[in-house]
Amino acid sequence: MRFFANANYDFIGFRRIAYAVTGAILLLGIVSLATNGLKYSIEFTGGTMVQIQTTKPMDAGAIRAGLDAQGLKGAEIQSFGSAQDFVIRVRLATTDVNADNTQAATAAVSRALDGALGAGTYQVKAHEGVGPKVGGELRQKAFLAIFYSFFAVLLYLAWRFEWRFGLAAVVATAHDILTTIAFISIMRMEVSLVVVGAVLSMVGYSLNDTIIIFDRVRENLHKYKREQFRDILNRSINETLPRSILTHGTALSTLLALAVFGGEVIRPFALVMFFGVFTGTFSSIYIAGPVLMAIEKRWPGADARGAKTVAAPMRRAPQGA
Amino acid sequence: MFIQTLRNRLIVIGLLVAASIYSLFPRSQTIRERGPDGQMRDTVVTRVPLKRGLDLQGGIHLELELDQSQQVSADPKRDIDLALTVLRKRIDEFGVTEPVIQKQGQDRIVVELAGVADPARAMAIVQRSAFLEFRITDRSGALDKALPAMDRVLRSAGLTVDTSAKPSAPSAVTKLLQGDSAKKGDTTAAVGEISTLIQPAASVGSAIPGEYLVPVGAYPRVDSLLRLPEVARLIPREIVLRWGAAPLSVQVQSYQPLYALENRPLITGSSLVDAKAEIDPLTGGPIVTFELDRAGGRKFGQGTGAHVGDYMAILLDDRVQGQPPVIQSRIDRRGQITLGNKTMQEAQDLALTLKAGALPVPLKIVASHEVGASLGADSIHKGILSGLVGTALVILIMVGYYRESGLVAVAALGFYILFTVGSLAMIGATLTLPGVAGIVLSIGIAVDANVLIFERIREELARGKTVRLSIDEGFRHAMNAIVDSNVTTVLTALFLFQFGTGPVKGFAVTLTMGIIASMISAVFVTRTFYMIWLDRRPDMTTLSI
Repeated sequence: MRFFANANYDFIGFRRIAYAVTGAILLLGIVSLATNGLKYSIEFTGGTMVQIQTTKPMDAGAIRAGLDAQGLKGAEIQSFGSAQDFVIRVRLATTDVNADNTQAATAAVSRALDGALGAGTYQVKAHEGVGPKVGGELRQKAFLAIFYSFFAVLLYLAWRFEWRFGLAAVVATAHDILTTIAFISIMRMEVSLVVVGAVLSMVGYSLNDTIIIFDRVRENLHKYKREQFRDILNRSINETLPRSILTHGTALSTLLALAVFGGEVIRPFALVMFFGVFTGTFSSIYIAGPVLMAIEKRWPGADARGAKTVAAPMRRAPQGA
Repeated sequence: MFIQTLRNRLIVIGLLVAASIYSLFPRSQTIRERGPDGQMRDTVVTRVPLKRGLDLQGGIHLELELDQSQQVSADPKRDIDLALTVLRKRIDEFGVTEPVIQKQGQDRIVVELAGVADPARAMAIVQRSAFLEFRITDRSGALDKALPAMDRVLRSAGLTVDTSAKPSAPSAVTKLLQGDSAKKGDTTAAVGEISTLIQPAASVGSAIPGEYLVPVGAYPRVDSLLRLPEVARLIPREIVLRWGAAPLSVQVQSYQPLYALENRPLITGSSLVDAKAEIDPLTGGPIVTFELDRAGGRKFGQGTGAHVGDYMAILLDDRVQGQPPVIQSRIDRRGQITLGNKTMQEAQDLALTLKAGALPVPLKIVASHEVGASLGADSIHKGILSGLVGTALVILIMVGYYRESGLVAVAALGFYILFTVGSLAMIGATLTLPGVAGIVLSIGIAVDANVLIFERIREELARGKTVRLSIDEGFRHAMNAIVDSNVTTVLTALFLFQFGTGPVKGFAVTLTMGIIASMISAVFVTRTFYMIWLDRRPDMTTLSI
């Protein structure tokens, strides 16, 4: 079986349509960010999360009313897979002087639950309490992790390819991060540690894809010295198309399995990665390629045509295999 | 080169497989836990030596900092180290397998206890200050003399305890808990000023000097009044005021006892060398017996010797435990604490914390995470299920698309999974729920290297090259892309590891190990399979790919 064996689509020719699509997603994302903002999990904001299982099926609304009556206002109650599993989140009012003492907040939640549901009619399956200080530190760490990994990848690509390729790949990656944030906001997903992990993995995955195409571009620049840059780009994308279809296919199937069977904790991860596979594929073709073309046009330096094509480590590697 | 010949390649693969299986082979492990009777017990279980994270096993994760809201630490750096040592000892005594107790940064302690059945109890043990003191109750009546001055200060500040506020003060819940006796206590004591709320216990026939009774309903109010700086200033310097740990019933009324104690303790818990929970042969209730070190014993002997006939309060975390007993004779190195209506387990926990020593400054929990064991087991099932389904889909795609070469890739995938899990066991990594998801996802991504190679081989074959040459060229040309893409993934994983906490760290580790394993299996193992294949059928002119 072979898909797209001798494909010859004019990918680059469609780029204006592609810009319109990505522009629309980003615009929608900006509107969503402006109206909804991003919802951070309590790991980042501080607060209390209690996951309970009740002995009888219950209605989330009834639990909310019960908690309200106990004076615990503004708690978020979410059904978690069944009518007996619920997650209750209480975000902290950060003005409280001793808010870093999570025990008081936790005790307040369990008291309210006892009052609303009756002690013994539910079982605590998991519990989390985070002070605002810890949450703030984590927020900062997450931001730095994304920033540094971005930078490290740029450095690696600059060393391994050439700065033009590195820059184009980084622009594509930035695009992926932005559209993913837009996706998270539009879907009203919660930004948790697991979701940040998914964003970082998505970055790695999307870069893979870009690198595979760039690797081909580098090779083809060498092989077809007379061709237009645009044609080389199209040729490379077409040549790597079967690989893209296959790899995205297997990655998406495992992600599907995780989303369906992996449970509530893993589902956000699977969904963000799922979207990431699409945006990553898209950006490798329509962002990385055209940006590389634009850079090539603007700064066509003497060594632009695939200089530094075969660096030393590459030559060595196959012998070991 | 050594790995060029087929025989040597098979030896390398054999060694890798043997190492992976060895590191995953179920082995016995001794678990030391404290049984319900308080005795340490070793149980031996046989299981696969893969560490499971708290989210898979159930357990608690705590982040603690010094709580300086009540007591300011003079040297936070030293105190946090001291607290760390004390926590280590306590958790050791508590008996948890492989606990994590470490300092994070300058001012935080992280405690991770896996498989703890009663998290509330574990938290209490971690947090209890366990500061033990012995003080003689005050005989001079210094508080009696200070009370009128307190009344005056409060009256001039407009803070008199006025009668009209009283009945509404206790909430519905406290009323419910205290029943009728509390209500009666409220109404009788609901007169005027602080001096009338703090009544000497002698007036109801107590023989203990320095003991005062406050109606339970008025206790929170009196406590907050005594904390007012204007009032606290009036407490005579030679005494300290401490509340009793439990209310006291006198006739039908319930009182919170308040004690005026000498400001210098006879000794503190730092002289303690041993503590044990026992059953009092006289009352059948639990007691904690303790033993002091030599110097502490001498000091205690002198102190008690000089105070025969006086009453001695035993304070734990600034609360007087039980009613102070009278000192009948000189006490040296051994003594006991009577606990009243506590359970044997509480007595054991007290003995445990006393023995491990007091915390220099109380600790507060700034972050906690608690997962029930059933939820953890559930997560494992879900992870395995999604892994099986995901793998089945990948096998379907690979074999459907690449036929016999697809089978080669699937076999390599089998090695991949074995190597990944084996190496995780080898480096002692902790498997978390996101980590399991990482393994499942990496199954889908690991075949990428095979896909790249196969596509290259197909291209070479399409150019009319022989099977043997196509395979050689295919591997060679695919290497660039494989190496580059894997390095970038490892880079992002490294940053993920650096920033993440427990579960996400686990994900970064499985991702990294997965990439290394996939390089070995997809490139080295697959190549070897092709070599065997070509060896068997040297005349092969078409390749099933």
